Amino acid sequence: MLTLKFAYTAKRRAAGTKAEALIGVVASGNLEVLLERMLPGASCEVEIATPVKGFDATWKAVVDEFVERSAPGGLRISINDGGARPDTVFLRLMQGCATMESE
Amino acid sequence: MMDETAIRDHTSWYQATARQRLAGLLDPNSFIEFIGPSERVESPHLHIFDLPRAFDDGVIIGRGALGGAPVLVAAQEGQFMGGTFAEVSGAKLVGLVRAARDHKDLPQTVLLLLDSGGVRLQEANAGELAVAEFMRAIAQARSAGVAVIALVGGKSGAFGGAGLTVGVCSRVVVSEQGRIGVSGPEVIETNKGVEEYDSRDKALVWSVCGGKNRRLIGMADAFTEDSMVGFREAAKAQISLSAPFNLATLQAEQQRLKQRQEKFAACDDANAMWRILGIQSPEAVADMDAAAFILLANGIKDSNHDAR
Repeated sequence: MLTLKFAYTAKRRAAGTKAEALIGVVASGNLEVLLERMLPGASCEVEIATPVKGFDATWKAVVDEFVERSAPGGLRISINDGGARPDTVFLRLMQGCATMESE
Repeated sequence: MMDETAIRDHTSWYQATARQRLAGLLDPNSFIEFIGPSERVESPHLHIFDLPRAFDDGVIIGRGALGGAPVLVAAQEGQFMGGTFAEVSGAKLVGLVRAARDHKDLPQTVLLLLDSGGVRLQEANAGELAVAEFMRAIAQARSAGVAVIALVGGKSGAFGGAGLTVGVCSRVVVSEQGRIGVSGPEVIETNKGVEEYDSRDKALVWSVCGGKNRRLIGMADAFTEDSMVGFREAAKAQISLSAPFNLATLQAEQQRLKQRQEKFAACDDANAMWRILGIQSPEAVADMDAAAFILLANGIKDSNHDAR
């Protein structure tokens, strides 16, 4: 199992007050994303556990793009990956952020 | 345009995740989860096999309300490792039912949203123990007056330990897609040969394991269309119909199972069983919509019994 950790300062703090959300399931080609509003200011941390090795650069590119396109400040994001494609990862991250901002 | 609730009502139970099913089944905003994903009580074994874990280990437990009535609920995520009985997920299932058994101030109805091919092989000993403890806890809870209702309509069906669990519940609700069995088709074919059961003959497999046959031969007490509202209404109706769990009920159930075995022992397929039940044109059953099928099943004596 490979663990990847990325830390960011987002553009701004994620809107809303929802404390946590879980998006997706661990299944073939899918993943689960747990988002928790627990970091100070605009900090954002992303931790990924994946059984698929050798795609570190792809993970970094997808998560960079997600942080750039949304505002996940204050969120600690944890991923259990089941071998999801990059587009699925990006979709789940955007869904997760939108869910945290929904209430 | 349909509003959000109407769309949710008609969402497919079969296609939904376990969390979506809970959201569609229970009264809005009533669900409170026990040992939620942020507590990260994950499998202590899967990393040994280099397999990904799930934050909830594939089982969600908690309490909520169904039509205003308080209920305890457990939902298996059938997409995670084929639905799961393992060390952590098993402990969650057992703990929930034991809590209902021991604490009268907790809801005395437990809804089990089963969706599992059986024990997780990577932690099989813990999983087998969990199934045994789960079945025992259900029997004890029932004899303490708790109603335990199984809802079966997920992609993994209810096989192995989940199929056994169905057999000890107070009442069982199934959809056409909800297959129930102990050994799956491939297992039977491997052990008994293709002449006994051709697992590639999907029409045969679905007609035998599928919800329509399970309802007609009395293995399930209610049939529903594959939707959130269908399962919700069927579950509501079954809560009050749970029979008292005592020696008389068990003896009646034993008698019923014996008669069922005698009646259908010589049948080669579902149509032969349905003919014995008095259905004039069994070939038409597969194409019946849910409403027509429910009418048919409710009119057959053998499909409706007092035991369980």
